[in-house]
Amino acid sequence: MDLQIALLLGQDGIVNGAVYGLMALALVLVFSVTRVIFIPQGEFVAFGALSMAMLQAGRVPPTLWLLLVIAGAALLVEAWRWKRGVAVDWRATLVWAVAFPLLAAVFIVVNPLWWPGSLVAQAITTLLVITPLGPLLYRLAYRPLADASVLVLLIVSVALHGILVGLGLLFFGAEGSRTPAFSEARFDVSGVQVTGQSLVVVGVALVLVILMFLFFERSIVGKALRATALNRVGARLMGIPTDLSGDISFALAALIGGVSGLLIAPLTTVYYDTGFLIGLKGFVAAIVGGLASYPLALVGALIVGQLESFSSFWASAFKEVIVFTLIIPVLWWRSLRSHHVEDEA
Amino acid sequence: MKLIRPIAALLAACSASVAFADINVGVTVSATGPAASLGIPEKNTVALMPKTIAGQKINYIVLDDASDTTAAVANTRKLLSESKVDVILGSTTTPNSLAMIDVVSEAQVPMISMAASARIVEPQDAKKRWVFKTPQNDIMMSLAIAEHMANAGVKTVGFIGFSDAYGEGWFQEFSKAADLKKLKVGVSERYARTDTSVTGQVLKLISAKPDAILIAGAGTPAALPQKALKERGYTGKIYQTHGVANADFLRVGGKDVEGTYLPAGPVLVAEQLPASHPLKKSAMAYVAAYEAAYGKGSVSAFGAHAWDTGVLLAAAVPAALKKAQPGTPEFRAALRDALEQLKEVPGAHGIFNMSAGDHLGLDQRARVTVKIENGAWKYQP
Repeated sequence: MDLQIALLLGQDGIVNGAVYGLMALALVLVFSVTRVIFIPQGEFVAFGALSMAMLQAGRVPPTLWLLLVIAGAALLVEAWRWKRGVAVDWRATLVWAVAFPLLAAVFIVVNPLWWPGSLVAQAITTLLVITPLGPLLYRLAYRPLADASVLVLLIVSVALHGILVGLGLLFFGAEGSRTPAFSEARFDVSGVQVTGQSLVVVGVALVLVILMFLFFERSIVGKALRATALNRVGARLMGIPTDLSGDISFALAALIGGVSGLLIAPLTTVYYDTGFLIGLKGFVAAIVGGLASYPLALVGALIVGQLESFSSFWASAFKEVIVFTLIIPVLWWRSLRSHHVEDEA
Repeated sequence: MKLIRPIAALLAACSASVAFADINVGVTVSATGPAASLGIPEKNTVALMPKTIAGQKINYIVLDDASDTTAAVANTRKLLSESKVDVILGSTTTPNSLAMIDVVSEAQVPMISMAASARIVEPQDAKKRWVFKTPQNDIMMSLAIAEHMANAGVKTVGFIGFSDAYGEGWFQEFSKAADLKKLKVGVSERYARTDTSVTGQVLKLISAKPDAILIAGAGTPAALPQKALKERGYTGKIYQTHGVANADFLRVGGKDVEGTYLPAGPVLVAEQLPASHPLKKSAMAYVAAYEAAYGKGSVSAFGAHAWDTGVLLAAAVPAALKKAQPGTPEFRAALRDALEQLKEVPGAHGIFNMSAGDHLGLDQRARVTVKIENGAWKYQP
């Protein structure tokens, strides 16, 4: 192994680590706000990538029908609750269950007419389809159980993962797809090739991380989310609508998942079940951050990316074993230095 | 009105499972899960199999095992105990098929597997005497590759395969074949079907500078190492296995898989076979039947393995019917004996000559060399 190979491996590790980092951020966000270990996070990646591939093939992605169906179901549930006298936040409901699906449908119809073959327009369409899936799934699957234990929420996550993977197979078939790169550029940095697409991946990941940082530090909604994460009951007493925080955190998670899907689809073949493993590696990274710290989760993601890249060179048969074994020393180390406090639930 | 038909079909299926006149065929394939790209065309093919053989009605009971070993065994038990099947077809993958052997041999029901590994039927013993299979053994395909490499002047070979039974089996078989042809297998790397990057493995392969590289993967995931090899500027020959023989591999691989050589069953290039080829007619029969039902260009080599199980069945059932009534242990034993005595039965993938020691029965006629040219499979005479 010479320096050039080490540099190439390091570069590969950074690109993969960036995607795992985005996954880890979404998992930490969802867990800290709603206590849900969001296993289906990876499915947004696969759905995003494959919907994009379908749009490029000039077909209507079946995820749109999924969106319309669960939007309809969410509206029915809200109407039923309203009839029973529960206060319903109709404004948020209409945004997720009517405005977004309509906008997505309009985009899918006008896209080929106005911007035929435009990657950016297709990417925006894909995100319009994927993002509302987050809050709508939250409303249907998790909100009725918002006060249940972490374990019950985890079981719901596993079930939802199974359903979404099955739907993925039904929608996209067993074979994978690739999409063209956002950038075909190639640079030669002192003998090491750097592809434009890998710069796009790292760049977009960085921008998303900075945007999330600003969102949580500066905006009132972000601060409300942090307050809910810190103490759900306390936040509610202070007048923060905790249901709304669930909506927003799931929407962000779905958006991040969709973006990650768009980023990796040109780098590798994406299958209906590819997302699970990406999400799982993001989960390992999130564990490094104790499912609470964003910066530590990002560090964890970079470690996972590098570990994966270098172990694929030295011991390719044991790559996954090495990556997932990382979780054991990390958990041991965390258990040494943190005292466990039971959640209020 | 719409409901009546399925209900009638259901009733028919229920009554059929008790009626002794019909032959019940249990099928378990991996229509979902990791092996779905193989299992789906197999499931589609079962729908095209003969509905009657020698005047006897055939009932197919098709279950999905989700590429899961436990589910395959559970399906087998269910088919044996509830549907009282006379023969079992399946499953798609080698681990599933191996796990089913104990169950079928205990119930003394013949089974025809659609999975590739030679271990399913070799060595023949008291249990495996009930088991047959249709896909070519890996050693046959390995030999074809090694032969082609030797003829093309290749001396050193790099290997990258799936980190599962498929890749491991291929590595063992190919190492044997390479020894015979005096090829040196240098680096051997592994990757997982779900991997999103193989940069590490590919860098290691390229730094060893082999004359040719063999990629042992199945379906579209086998395109990933080849794309990475091209991206990193590898210019040697690249070989794939017959596991990639479907249209999706060409779609995903695009221009990066141009010029690849692979061994395959003749059915893959049925239309290009010369009229004198012994398999032209039987292979075209499958292609025509499948494309008539599912559209032009939809046919894959995997479904043809399922088709061949039906071909074997159609050839063996008449002999068994002469000895016993369907639904009886005698019939099942007679069916097993009949399968073992099949001679010169032309299927989609090859011509079957079974014997007590060989429950596959394929020979050199069951493989051709194929090159990928202009995004299509090209028969290499």
